Amino acid sequence: MNSDNKVISVRNLTKKFGSFTANDDLSFDVYKGEIFGFLGANGAGKTTAMKILCGLSYPTSGEIMVAGLDVYKQREELKRNIGYMSQKFSLYEDLTVFENIRFYAGIYGMSSKDIKSKSDDLLKKLDLVHARNKRIGELPLGWKQKLAFSVAIFHNPEIVFLDEPTGGVDPVTRRQFWDLIYEASRNGITVFVTTHYMDEAEYCNRVSIMVDGRIEALDTPEGLKNKFEAKDMDEVFLRLARKSNYKE
Amino acid sequence: MNSTISINNLSKSYGDVSALKEINLNIESGELFGLIGPDGAGKTTLFRLLATLLLPDSGSAALCGFEMVKEYKHIRNILGYMPGKFSLYQDLTVLENLNFFATVFNTRIEDNMDMIRDIWVQIEPFKNRPAGKLSGGMKQKLALCCALIHQPKILLLDEPTTGVDAVSRSEFWQMLKGLKTKGITIVVATPYMDEANLCERVALMQSGEILSLDSPSGIIANFEKDLYSFEAKDTYQLLLDLRAYPFVNSVFLFGQSVHYTDVRDVVVLSDLKDYLKSKGQDHVEIKQIAAGIEDCFMALSQQNTVQE
Repeated sequence: MNSDNKVISVRNLTKKFGSFTANDDLSFDVYKGEIFGFLGANGAGKTTAMKILCGLSYPTSGEIMVAGLDVYKQREELKRNIGYMSQKFSLYEDLTVFENIRFYAGIYGMSSKDIKSKSDDLLKKLDLVHARNKRIGELPLGWKQKLAFSVAIFHNPEIVFLDEPTGGVDPVTRRQFWDLIYEASRNGITVFVTTHYMDEAEYCNRVSIMVDGRIEALDTPEGLKNKFEAKDMDEVFLRLARKSNYKE
Repeated sequence: MNSTISINNLSKSYGDVSALKEINLNIESGELFGLIGPDGAGKTTLFRLLATLLLPDSGSAALCGFEMVKEYKHIRNILGYMPGKFSLYQDLTVLENLNFFATVFNTRIEDNMDMIRDIWVQIEPFKNRPAGKLSGGMKQKLALCCALIHQPKILLLDEPTTGVDAVSRSEFWQMLKGLKTKGITIVVATPYMDEANLCERVALMQSGEILSLDSPSGIIANFEKDLYSFEAKDTYQLLLDLRAYPFVNSVFLFGQSVHYTDVRDVVVLSDLKDYLKSKGQDHVEIKQIAAGIEDCFMALSQQNTVQE
């Protein structure tokens, strides 16, 4: 992690929907190769902020740069420099493994030749060569998740956004998924991740916790545990999130 | 034995996929019982069979003495079932949904208020809102009220806490403790290993089989190996180095530490430290620790894979 090299820089980000303030004056930086955990209770404003960082929604105000690009003016270029994966939306179930890779890589403008050679390498690495022509719908959930992550970083983006990527799989498979995240981070890809699993929060280099649209805490997991005198991240999270004034 | 739910050699397949493989299980009256396992473990299939919504391929089960297949009508009266997917009417209001379920069971909300009061007071302020417009936590509370409105003796909850934040999860378990005092037998399915500790007994499930059936402390007591926790500055490198150690049995990330077991009966820590030092790991903290449910689940699931 190189703290001179900011990949995401957020200054005074505010997003309002009518009279409701979903993001209230957020400021934080994320550095190259960092695994950054973005936590918060349901309704705290995580998804809103993530959409803005991905160039899918305009902020109401604030200065925000992602991969050196402005989220107001350089949205299309920004989208080419990031990857995105979520549990809810990732691969097309009725396309095969290879068709999915080709589809996503094609969208990001990779050449057919690159797609072919790189996908062979990827399938070997994931031990999925035999499943190349199988439909995604036939694969176990754990394989799908690993493949979806690999597809999200296939075009070698500067940042990958992971929105609750690992629900539902067994603990061994969940850890295999985190192996892939660590590996990507070593290769210089910045990882921005939301999760409800508090033990996963501890795998992150730094963690921010949102409550009612504001960032209430941001530090290393160790730093947060010390500050809140908590034995684990679950306890840190419960202490902060219980302060919420969020009403229906 | 007066078990409320008794399951004998229950099996169910969908085509080539066998979702439940000869399950045997007895759940006692008034017990708070957990089915713990990932997607594909067979939890939902087991619930659908018990809720008389599916027919088994073989085997049998009885709920409060009623035979699952032949006496399904009796079972439906004594059973509350909260499916994993939100299954209420999204365009009916909170109150209309509750009224609907009460009417289906031939009863009235007023007659059953004692049963649901603690939960109902939390959603009553939104009683005129369409169910589809509630937040995740509120939907869950309404679904629980609807499952309880006919005062069931047995409550089946399929992953009530999946995708729910840590605060709502902890509130939900508080509600279950409250219900337990009313004498209801509660069976909860969850993929969260840490929730096992909130149950009296649990079945750890994977791929249609029960890996282990015991109290959480009993499962932990059965962990056979000496378990060590390692910490270093670069956790990922530590993981890779330990994985490459010749005597490694298992090595898994746990938060900022790595949990390690060795193939030898007696672990030679000095040898292991020397090895790590040779890899450039100078500051490694090593502690022997007690296993948690997740350590047990992973050990059992790996044994199971090897046997197959």
